[in-house]
Amino acid sequence: MKELRNPAALRSLLKDIEDRAREMGRTPRLMEVCGTHTMALFKSGLTPLLAEAGVEMVSGPGCPVCITPNAVHEAAIAIVTGSKGLTLAAFGDMTRVPTRKGSLQTAVPAPNSRLRIVYSPEEALDEARREPARPVVFFGAGFETTIPAIAFTVKRAAAEGIGNFSVLPALWLVPPALRAILEAGEAAVDGFIYPGHVSAVIGAGPYEFVAREFGVPGAIAGFEPGDILLAIRSILDQTLEGKPRVALEYSRAIGREGNAVARALMAEVCEPFDACWRGLGTIPASGLRFRKEYERFDAAVRFGLKERPTRGDPAGCRCGEVLRGVIRPQECRLFGTKCRPDSPVGPCMVSYEGACLIHFKYGGGRRAGS
Amino acid sequence: MSGKISLELGSGGRLMREFIAGRIVKAFRDPLLRELGDAALLPEGIAFTTDSYVVDPLVFPGGDIGRLAVNGTVNDLVVSGARPRFLSLALILEEGLDEEVLDRVIRSVRAAARAAGVRVVTGDTKVVRRGQGDKVYINTAGVGVSVARPSPERIRRGDKIILTGTLGDHSLAVMLARGDFGLSSNVKSDCAPLLFLLPLWKKGARWMRDVTRGGLATVLFELAERLPYPVLIEEDRIPLSRPVQAASELLGIDPLYMACEGKAVVVAPAAKAEAFLRSVRGHPLGRRAAIIGEVQGRVGRPGELLLRTTAGGLRLLEPLTSELLPRIC
Amino acid sequence: MCLAVPAKIVRMEGSGQGTASYMGSEVKVNLILVPQARRGDWVIIHAGFAISVMNAREARETLRLFKELAAAQDEGA
Repeated sequence: MKELRNPAALRSLLKDIEDRAREMGRTPRLMEVCGTHTMALFKSGLTPLLAEAGVEMVSGPGCPVCITPNAVHEAAIAIVTGSKGLTLAAFGDMTRVPTRKGSLQTAVPAPNSRLRIVYSPEEALDEARREPARPVVFFGAGFETTIPAIAFTVKRAAAEGIGNFSVLPALWLVPPALRAILEAGEAAVDGFIYPGHVSAVIGAGPYEFVAREFGVPGAIAGFEPGDILLAIRSILDQTLEGKPRVALEYSRAIGREGNAVARALMAEVCEPFDACWRGLGTIPASGLRFRKEYERFDAAVRFGLKERPTRGDPAGCRCGEVLRGVIRPQECRLFGTKCRPDSPVGPCMVSYEGACLIHFKYGGGRRAGS
Repeated sequence: MSGKISLELGSGGRLMREFIAGRIVKAFRDPLLRELGDAALLPEGIAFTTDSYVVDPLVFPGGDIGRLAVNGTVNDLVVSGARPRFLSLALILEEGLDEEVLDRVIRSVRAAARAAGVRVVTGDTKVVRRGQGDKVYINTAGVGVSVARPSPERIRRGDKIILTGTLGDHSLAVMLARGDFGLSSNVKSDCAPLLFLLPLWKKGARWMRDVTRGGLATVLFELAERLPYPVLIEEDRIPLSRPVQAASELLGIDPLYMACEGKAVVVAPAAKAEAFLRSVRGHPLGRRAAIIGEVQGRVGRPGELLLRTTAGGLRLLEPLTSELLPRIC
Repeated sequence: MCLAVPAKIVRMEGSGQGTASYMGSEVKVNLILVPQARRGDWVIIHAGFAISVMNAREARETLRLFKELAAAQDEGA
């Protein structure tokens, strides 16, 4: 889809966006919910171009690394350092978060144990199937895009009796987080860019309340620069027309109804609960845990990990406000000074799609701090 | 943090740089060592370098640890302005290693040395207990004759940056040979000697680096930070093979940070850049060479490395901070 | 949270496993979430699972739209 990166086409869309922002008479503040969108905006260098066009982008809480409490990261480290002959499989994103015990990357595994980076949870299940005597724990973190895949492995493990397989879950739902942000009323968000691939699973319906109850426009976007600009243009159109809704600007890849098979699988294996998000606190029905009949595959239960209260973020760290879209990274006093990629204070500076890291790496953070 | 060496130290990122600066350089206080060039340029016109090879798996599409051990060291000499002449070969073998595997590795060393015009003149062999090594570790030290002295202090605005070919092929070949990620392609390691770059030294090349651990972004960042000018590279001019493009999108790994083993960046004086490019492209290993950027003064600040993206935006490039990992986000 | 790419199904084995082709490379894909998918379909793949089947008509539309946007910009410039 090279056309979606064509500079001339993008310039054309930026011009459209600039015209609409001018017509609005103020600078719209749009939230891209998904960390992958934040990454896409910065990697393509679009954010400064959008600022020039009169649109301010603010990042949201769609970063599983950022919002997973430190206690869960520490539990993963405890598992791989404390048990011999075990494999802890994880997505690369999750392994660099610094905790009091270091990160998964720097932790030294117990004898004959190892950390294995995987691309799919199935790789972890395959290893467990191949080596029945070896415990394999999958650190399963993600939103609705990833949860069906994780649910599938648990269901398969149950069906095949792969008893040495378990999942350390950190499963998060997007719409409840959006509701929490809107109800808190502290972030002045004029529009949402909804995550295209989460939407592939949940469809457009779960976002309707944003337009109906709060009057905020939004558009579901793909991840090419062109996709994002199309979505922004649609959001500004909705504002000018006074008709907020959930526009679908990724119709080549997804439908408004989402993926019913994936949703059914999630519902079969998991049930919602009031999860505690790092930086956002407890949000009703915002997380998923395994149902009773699958509980034996929950690594937290299997390894007897205690539910420890989450330590507050270090003094001066404003990751919570960044994740809620209240401030931009540059507004945190620690940004670029005490908090840098090589010495991160909070999770937003650690995660590849953490807003602070992205702003620092791609947005001239060295300038900010120097 | 724990007082123990972690795997991440070896990844070529910040931890490693700090380790070298803080522990090694500090311990020896040697002006030649402090240069931390790819090779040490000794008096009497001799260049001297060393590297250890611990790649897993030993064999991968496009090469093996033996071929790597020769070309890696040869290339460090070439990019330091020296013609490689002699290598040492030290082997650390794990008990239980198949002799057939060892024979294959030695044959590769011999073939690569012949192709690079170097003689293996001294060496060592050790065997360690099963479980205390990883089949084969190799260290090679190389000695060469300086044909020119790299002159980064003579780099000026307008000097061009040439990349001799596609990025990341070696990195991907090794990753896939490990059986990781259920991905298969026809990618091959680009492990090869860069001897064809030697004539550029006499023709006025200012500086060269081979693009190994840390990738293009790390290498160019290290160049940029010592210059009084900003460096700008163009994303759409960077050559990439299709397999690397595919894998980078599927796995979320950035080719700008992926290692090569047969590619280099060459800083050419402005007036000679086109001639240099023709010369590099004239060699089979340099067919996809391109001028990817320049040292300039229009955008950015002194010492910065900037990328103009395909979409027309501008962003700063940072060096690799830690292990390159596939993402899901 | 959303890294995923479009790829074309080239082989389908039983039990939901399959192989997709992306820019000449082949990747294993689990098709269990898209039971309607057929060989030759393009799917969106995330973490080794196809989560959606692409709509060829909409894809062509999007391509056409962007070609027009590019052309308009070049003309106007």
